[in-house]
Amino acid sequence: MDHSEYLQQLAWQQWLIPFFPLVAAAIQSLLKRPARKPSAALTIVAMGLSCILALRAFFATLGSGEHHEVERAIFNFTWFKFGTTSLELGFILDPLTAGMAAMVAFVGFWIFVNATGYMADDENFTRFFCFLSLFAASMLGLVISNNLLLLFMCWELVGLCSYLLIGFWYFKPSAAAAMKKAFITTRIGDVGFLLGIVMLYWKTGTLNLYTHDALHPGALEQASALVLRNGWWGLSAASTIAFLVFIGAMGKSAQFPLHVWLPDAMEGPTPVSALIHAATMVAAGVFMVGRMYPLFIAEPGSWVPDFVMWIGCITAVFSATIAVAQFDIKRVLAYSTCSQLGYMVMALGAGSLVAGQFHLLTHAFFKALLFLGSGCVIIGTHHEQDMRKMGGLRKYMPITFVCYVIGMLALSGFPLTAGFFSKDEILLATFHRNKWAWGLGTFAAFLTAFYMTRQIFMVFFGQWRGGDDDHGHGHEHHEPHEVPWNMWLPIAVLSVFALFMGWLGTPWFGGNLFHHYLAPEEVASEHSDMVLWLSVGVGLLGIILGWLIYGRKTMVHATDEDPLATALGGLFTFLNRKWYIDELYEATVFRFTATCAMFFRLVVDKLVVDGCLHLIAKVARGISQIFRWVGDEFFINGGFDAGCEGVELGGEELSKLQDGRVQNYFRVLSLGAAVLLLIYFFT
Amino acid sequence: MNIPLSDYLMLSAFLFAIGLCGALSRKNAIIVLIGIEIMFNAAILNLIVFWHYKYFAVPTAYMFAIFAIAIAAAESAVGLALVIAVYRYYKSVDVDEMTSLKG
Repeated sequence: MDHSEYLQQLAWQQWLIPFFPLVAAAIQSLLKRPARKPSAALTIVAMGLSCILALRAFFATLGSGEHHEVERAIFNFTWFKFGTTSLELGFILDPLTAGMAAMVAFVGFWIFVNATGYMADDENFTRFFCFLSLFAASMLGLVISNNLLLLFMCWELVGLCSYLLIGFWYFKPSAAAAMKKAFITTRIGDVGFLLGIVMLYWKTGTLNLYTHDALHPGALEQASALVLRNGWWGLSAASTIAFLVFIGAMGKSAQFPLHVWLPDAMEGPTPVSALIHAATMVAAGVFMVGRMYPLFIAEPGSWVPDFVMWIGCITAVFSATIAVAQFDIKRVLAYSTCSQLGYMVMALGAGSLVAGQFHLLTHAFFKALLFLGSGCVIIGTHHEQDMRKMGGLRKYMPITFVCYVIGMLALSGFPLTAGFFSKDEILLATFHRNKWAWGLGTFAAFLTAFYMTRQIFMVFFGQWRGGDDDHGHGHEHHEPHEVPWNMWLPIAVLSVFALFMGWLGTPWFGGNLFHHYLAPEEVASEHSDMVLWLSVGVGLLGIILGWLIYGRKTMVHATDEDPLATALGGLFTFLNRKWYIDELYEATVFRFTATCAMFFRLVVDKLVVDGCLHLIAKVARGISQIFRWVGDEFFINGGFDAGCEGVELGGEELSKLQDGRVQNYFRVLSLGAAVLLLIYFFT
Repeated sequence: MNIPLSDYLMLSAFLFAIGLCGALSRKNAIIVLIGIEIMFNAAILNLIVFWHYKYFAVPTAYMFAIFAIAIAAAESAVGLALVIAVYRYYKSVDVDEMTSLKG
């Protein structure tokens, strides 16, 4: 079979990838609570099948880019028709989708395995895996869709699953608040996304991204035509749509003003944080921008790519500074995720789709690894999340320790690990675009290395501080322990990728393989030794500084003050309180909304709406009163009463005939017969 | 001996009148019942006489008479049972006293 025909067939079969987890979710929704083993088995088998299919599609696309253009197979079909309009959906198979789907399915599979250990003691095990399967299905559906409508539906579905899973322990008030916060904040972005979709449909008449049909070109194939049409704010239509869909990506990928939900989302179980809030869903925003990338770069000289780059840059630095001053092991990682997503967005804004997507893939592996590692730590220390109460876990949890260090090195951009190559690509692309953004990005890289080193030393080195506050509760019981195999195996597998995956994107060995695969038409950034050495340098500097502050003299008691807090004073508190962004929103947005609500309640609702309602009610009552007196009381009641009285009177009179004197009846009967006889005789 | 049809009819009418008189004028429920039975027999006599004089060749005809006699027997049994039931309740068989249905 011809290769392109094969790809075509695979594109048609793309629907099978999300299909298996979807079926698994459907079955699990019917399972009873104690059915833990079937539930876990079902989830993992379904995810394994998806993973095999996604990898098959991935390997099929590997030859792409041989002729300096992307091979892209699509399958569109009509969902339903109304009138002359038909709604189409479609699947796509190109390097961007194939790589992302393979990553989601593969990382997801290992996270599911880890989750069987993490959730082992939870009584709502089956519900958890049902949501998790549903999430996997919708995320894979998002990745494979060739249609903005399908993409948006899956986009909202992953949002829903995120909401359900953040609030999985809904009985905790903080989790219930976090789930609402996540849902509402991302919804603000989704308004922009939806507007972008509507505008795209308005300007192009289609929601299909690619059609390979010259008569009915897909939306992205019309990108150059859209540049010539007017949009809003003095932009071309292409840039306006790009701007609007980027608002959606900002919500989903937790970019600066809308980032507040992601750290709070850590209220969910840790595998959820790893899967949704580190590896896949938050990357969906970046993926979506990558998917719509032709629109972003269509108009030369528009400010939208710069806007994207600066939002990413600000998020990267801003979140990294917050991560430095956190004590919750998961919150450090959450702000780190924000920061890394900022990196990806910055790369996309700087004009390098390759760098952004490459960092997305490598980051998914090592951040999932770090989150699962933190999950292992949390389980190993009996549900302790405060890093101040950990320490010395290196001795108790050696496997987790090794994997965690690998993840930390990859995230810090330690030479030759995965993060090193992808981060270097991003900084290189930014360097050629804007020196200031590059400088800030490099500073963020320094902070990243620093806070990860801080975390490693606080958690794994020094002495065990968890026993400090249990007075006579049996010290042995609270001793940390290594986690079972189904929890450490996934992080071990992921750490292999965290170490070696970056080699796909190295500029050595005859060019950047990933670049060649994903976007051969993109112009590669010119190599710069200065950028390379500087990013290596700041990474190492961060690690060394972290060791100087936290490694030489580790904390002894959980109540000890953080050495950095002593040095920075008020600034540390400022960072620890997350730049008071939540308080700022509280004071501005919430206060404003509450004031508006109060105004509407008192003036609009009580006075206008209620007033109108009461007036209408009074008028209606008056009219009905008239009808009551005239129509009802007089005519209807009067007539009815008269009728009733007549019937009653008649009955009374007639009943006197029925007096029970049988002989009277008989007499009447005989008289009647006699009369009949007489009539007979005389006629 | 050749008795004309009209004589029988006269007898039948006479019996009927006696029965009617008894049923209407007596207060004892049993006498009323006897009156009704006499009227019944007058009707049956009519039937038999008409059969004998007009349709003698049709044997099935007087089956009606036998049938009516059987029904009259059943009816009088029911009537007597009712009288007994009424007596148990009122301690009397006077039809004028049974007026609880008065309107």
